[in-house]
Amino acid sequence: MNEHVSIARTSAKTTDRTSEWTDRDGVTGRIRIPAPIAMLAELTHRCPLACPYCSNPLELEGISTELSTQEWIRVFQEAAALGVLHLHLSGGEPASRRDLVELTAAAAKAGLYTNLITSGIGLNERRIAELSAAGLDHLQLSIQGATPVLADKVGGYKGGYDRKIAVAEWTHAAGIPLTVNAVCHKQNMDELGAMLDLAVELGARRIEIATVQFHGWAEKNRKALMPTKEQVLHANAFVEEARKRLEGIIVIDYVPADHHSTFPKACMGGWGRTGLNVTPSGKVLPCHAAESIPSLNFETVRDMSLTDIWYDSQAFNAYRGDSWMPDLCRSCDRKGVDFGGCRCQAMALAGDAATTDPVCILSPMRHLLVEQAEIDSRAEPPEFVYRGR
Amino acid sequence: MSEPSAVTVTAQTVAKLARGVRLREDPVRGQTVLLAPERALALDEIAVMIVNALDGVRDLDAIAQEFSVKFEAPKEQILVDVIAFVDEFSKRRMLELKS
Repeated sequence: MNEHVSIARTSAKTTDRTSEWTDRDGVTGRIRIPAPIAMLAELTHRCPLACPYCSNPLELEGISTELSTQEWIRVFQEAAALGVLHLHLSGGEPASRRDLVELTAAAAKAGLYTNLITSGIGLNERRIAELSAAGLDHLQLSIQGATPVLADKVGGYKGGYDRKIAVAEWTHAAGIPLTVNAVCHKQNMDELGAMLDLAVELGARRIEIATVQFHGWAEKNRKALMPTKEQVLHANAFVEEARKRLEGIIVIDYVPADHHSTFPKACMGGWGRTGLNVTPSGKVLPCHAAESIPSLNFETVRDMSLTDIWYDSQAFNAYRGDSWMPDLCRSCDRKGVDFGGCRCQAMALAGDAATTDPVCILSPMRHLLVEQAEIDSRAEPPEFVYRGR
Repeated sequence: MSEPSAVTVTAQTVAKLARGVRLREDPVRGQTVLLAPERALALDEIAVMIVNALDGVRDLDAIAQEFSVKFEAPKEQILVDVIAFVDEFSKRRMLELKS
């Protein structure tokens, strides 16, 4: 890219705070910690949809535990002061919160770039206009397929598809830039081209095509969702071709299936390096799946400031730097590229969050992962296990 | 809803930041950032100056002319740089263009 522009720096500089670490051999040191760029605010776990790959935890937090309007507003202000630039209002379905417009206005006032991640259910023309007036910068609308039958089956919500088309039109009319989110898997991957066409037709400037990540609910639906290697290779080639064909028309961000990759993904851009996640009850997580790691203790914004949680809490410092890494990762040239991959995946597949991500070609567990993915991808898809509502 | 189409950037192009793309001071890191969906780009002084000049009124030729006088540098060279810059941001759907 142009020499005058760089990706906003997430690397440390001299004014950054530091934290002490101790490695497996008792060696201690200090590591510089950059301020976070992005915060995902899961305003609620309530959702009218029941997607079988939902990224919410298996144990959903109830409405009675949710942060109040004033508590969320305080968290947004703390986030801005900490250095967060992007705020993602998510869920569950964030539109299930009656105070969504008020929260959006407060986030915009705090200077945060405010993005709404929604299924569209719970929005109408008036509410979208109010969000626009409140300063919403951007809206991300999920689609579950390119046709009503498949999309409504995946979302477990009849009429969802038609509603989403209407929401996209209202968003366009309000002038709010639109990204379409398409989670892809075994049962809709062959519709990828049609989903991309739909996104262009809906006036989206950007589409996020993300292959299902197999944690939580998706882990329960592996046989229904795991794409075949042929589907993945086809999707990879399709995206490469479409990016060239549609340059200047739509930006395609693509998360390929990592079970079929050579090296792990740089999960979260590195643990505790770029982003944080706040659950409906105010627990602060390094990533949305982090609660699957039993050795971590999570602080809440009700007890501690966001700044102290980011810099000083046990959960955020657990996998920063390289002192926690096994030798395989610590001696690897790629440790600054992928940071050892995904901790939650290591936990789920290897039973140890501090081991090499089994996706890595160098992991001794790799063959088990590939074999299981192969079996699940070939399976006749069973009925979905939908997430709870 | 009409499908947008890719535009070729020339000296006659008039550009401004698209809705949802904005410039902001980032006091915590001491830099100026351009914020867009899922993107935060740190801009140096020259990039900030170009972005601020994209007012949706003047074409790139007029902007290059202004910079040429201001910095006592050849206009043609500046124009090439400004067009390349705008082309890059346009491909990322960060600008609204008229030409």
